[in-house]
Amino acid sequence: MKRGLAGTVAVVAMVTLAVPAVIASGPSPSPSDEDARIVHALNRLGYGPRPGDVDAVRAMGLERWIDRQLHPERIDDGALRARLASYRTLDLSAGELMEGYEVPREVKREIQKKRAEMDGASEEEMARTRRELMQELGGSMQGMKGRPRQVVEELQAAKVVRAVYSQRQLDEVLVDFWINHFNVFAGKGPEKFLVGAYERDVIRPHAWGRFEDLLKATAESPAMLFYLDNWLSASPDAQQPRTRGRGGFLRRGRPAPPAPEQGQGRKRGLNENYAREVMELHTLGVDGGYTQKDVTEVARCFTGWTIRGLRQGDPRFAFDARIHDGKEKVVLGQRIRGGGQGEGEQVLHILATHPATARFISMKLARRFVADDPPAALVDRAAATFRKTGGDIRAVVATILQSPEFLSAEVRSAKVKTPLEFVASAVRASGATVTDARELARRIGEMGMPLYMQQPPTGYKDTSEAWVSTSGLLSRLNLALDLAAGRVRGVAVDAASLAPHVLFPAGLSEPTRKTLERETGLDAARTAGLVLGSPEFQRR
Amino acid sequence: MLTRRIFLKSSGLAFVSFGLAPRALIRSAWAAEGSRRKKTLVVVFQRGACDGLNTVVPYGESAYRKLRPTIAIPAPRGGSRDAALDLDGHFGLHPALEPLLASFKDGSLAVVHAVGSPDATRSHFDAQDFMESGTPGRKSTEDGWMNRHLQCAPDAAASPFRAVSLTPTLPRSLAGRAPAVAMASIDRFGLRPAGGAAVARGFEDMYAGAVRDVLHGTGQETFEAIEFLKKTDPGRYVPAAGASYPRGPYGESLKQIAQLVKADVGVELAFTEVGGWDHHAAEGGVQGQLAARLRELGHSLAAFQRDLGQRMQDVVLVTLTEFGRTVRENGNRGTDHGHASVSFVMGGGVRGGRVHGRWPGLTPDRLYEGRDLAITTDFRDLLGELLARHLGARDLGPVFPGHDPSAARFPGVMRA
Repeated sequence: MKRGLAGTVAVVAMVTLAVPAVIASGPSPSPSDEDARIVHALNRLGYGPRPGDVDAVRAMGLERWIDRQLHPERIDDGALRARLASYRTLDLSAGELMEGYEVPREVKREIQKKRAEMDGASEEEMARTRRELMQELGGSMQGMKGRPRQVVEELQAAKVVRAVYSQRQLDEVLVDFWINHFNVFAGKGPEKFLVGAYERDVIRPHAWGRFEDLLKATAESPAMLFYLDNWLSASPDAQQPRTRGRGGFLRRGRPAPPAPEQGQGRKRGLNENYAREVMELHTLGVDGGYTQKDVTEVARCFTGWTIRGLRQGDPRFAFDARIHDGKEKVVLGQRIRGGGQGEGEQVLHILATHPATARFISMKLARRFVADDPPAALVDRAAATFRKTGGDIRAVVATILQSPEFLSAEVRSAKVKTPLEFVASAVRASGATVTDARELARRIGEMGMPLYMQQPPTGYKDTSEAWVSTSGLLSRLNLALDLAAGRVRGVAVDAASLAPHVLFPAGLSEPTRKTLERETGLDAARTAGLVLGSPEFQRR
Repeated sequence: MLTRRIFLKSSGLAFVSFGLAPRALIRSAWAAEGSRRKKTLVVVFQRGACDGLNTVVPYGESAYRKLRPTIAIPAPRGGSRDAALDLDGHFGLHPALEPLLASFKDGSLAVVHAVGSPDATRSHFDAQDFMESGTPGRKSTEDGWMNRHLQCAPDAAASPFRAVSLTPTLPRSLAGRAPAVAMASIDRFGLRPAGGAAVARGFEDMYAGAVRDVLHGTGQETFEAIEFLKKTDPGRYVPAAGASYPRGPYGESLKQIAQLVKADVGVELAFTEVGGWDHHAAEGGVQGQLAARLRELGHSLAAFQRDLGQRMQDVVLVTLTEFGRTVRENGNRGTDHGHASVSFVMGGGVRGGRVHGRWPGLTPDRLYEGRDLAITTDFRDLLGELLARHLGARDLGPVFPGHDPSAARFPGVMRA
């Protein structure tokens, strides 16, 4: 599209001529203020409006709709189950996944052996050798139901399907909020087999309950114990328990856990990783007033919180008293002694009920639902609710969503959509039918947000600047074009139904309207692509 | 020669009243610039806190071996690949970094040891944030140090690729008012051709018109970059001199930075990152997890240097990591979050072949907070030196507010 000087002058001249026509056509009808608030709520409590949603919420009444979303258990979501049925790994336990989807130990061992022999070879040669070996050893892999990668792909796809189709939109948003808050990384060794159960059995059942229960459930989850290494943390004074036999799951994972020297009684030691993040990221916040000394003391309290049964295909939380540091500790000024497993629980209670936690969690929720820099008064009220109710998550979310600040005109469109929010909202807006969401999930990854694959414990950022980039924007524009043109695998769209006001009921901006009026030669799919790629569609 | 500013002044402003930025005009101005060789600074961020002590090994210290009973790298043994590779009789390279040894020996690679950020935080998030913003301890800084360098040295004739990051999203280091481009890869950086010219024009106009939106600037930069990139012919790049980059996003990103440098698209700052350094458990010694990461790092840097050949005279590459790791290995044969770490500096004008920085030692009384390698070179002094002596930056004060790196504190990695 290289335009020389002459070409540009010509274009400018044409535009100049077109201006009166644009003015003559007049503004297209802008929505009523009530409808604007409804669109806002659909954007914030969920993944954006589908065709007809604004009418449906208007008929029900916005307040009632919000209240209904605050009680997802009252909303029938049976149709969603059917849409998820083709992803076979979703309902399996961590053990079943390890059994059916992990590359067998002997195959891995062969690959490792070969790898050691090939030291110095390029990654490409290594990869080729790996593929050859996998084929050669195909016999050993006949018991496999699928590749390890399938487990993560299906999880990612299911997340997109839920965002697009669930009637419990706020429930999906909140679950996403919490799994991002308590982030784990599916790319770390066997974590990919633990993440599904983590979301399904740890995050989801506690998303609306008491914060302390949610915190405790994550602390005890094999997914978190593994991800932040606490399962390895032991009192420096403790003797290493004898390992039972050779092999086992522990040797299968990457990164390989330390190979214990059997029968040597080798000392293990303290690992501070979880202790630090539980305060910095899960509860108090980085400015919550804890010290390095507190980190070490908390780590000592959590010694012995470990995973058992990884080898037997039944990973579960266990407290191992033999590696627990039983000596006295002081955490945030409070004395903790001799409580065994109770010490960690005591720490979680101190953290969950700390005023800094009430504030930090309220701040993050307000940021998600209201604005990158939410009104201080609203955060104050949400934090007050948190303290008053003993950390009742539903009450805190209700305080935010039923506040005047939430519905005020200033915060409308104030958030830039994350890649997940953008893709889900584009699919919803276009009324598309998703039969296979894996390509959509892949696109979300390309935009910088590979689902369940955020390595640092911070999770994904929830502020605009994190998602404003050239390549991220380009991926969005291309997805917009591909989606509208029916070029996304597994997604069907009826281009003829994609009128701009259906795709974007909040009313397009003037530059976008003018652009559409100018580019009269475009078919419905391209016009729809422009709307889905417009600056206003990147916001919620 | 027509510069961007002159062009804007002479002919561009006339069209602004129509709400149409004269983007195509700007482009032709760049084209008129022709191939102007520029100095380039490449920043490689090792996210996750790289263990500097096992990267450039102080094998001369008995405390090193004592505190790391299972993961210490053995002292050099006549070039054996199961031991450190000697640099200067006190320090040795991890053997997985063997591809870098020749560069150290020929003087094109320097090491700065005990370098880092003076802030005491051991949070990855905060430490990366501080290092990228260039303001340790100050969280309210909105832009990154690389972006502030661009702001301090405005270049009206700059290309859209003056600052480029080969990452899916723009890193904190490059965030800010000055334009910067992020892209996961060169060859995928374009609009679907099926959309046609009208769609491309439509997007351009919509984003040009959204003047009050933060996406406005991003949109402009995106479309300018797409157009500009066509010159590099991304599909047919073959690295020079048989340079072979390791597979994977990191090697690929360095390859593409080399490609952009050689294409003369006006790159002054380039950024890429490589993760996987947070080895709390089973870090390994000569072999193992850290060794694998270092092997990839070393092969990539060596390939980059080989690929650029003579052109490396215009380039300096520096590695950064948010902090180092505990001197003592933990109970899981790994290391926890520490303080100082190590940086490599490679390229033209580098005073290579030596380990720069004052070595603080590993005896208990010399350790930071009794456990970590102390910092003797503030990362801002290292970066300040590269900006001043390689890119010719005149005023470092605004780049590192509250620090003001002066030549007296520069570690001396560049020939003055």
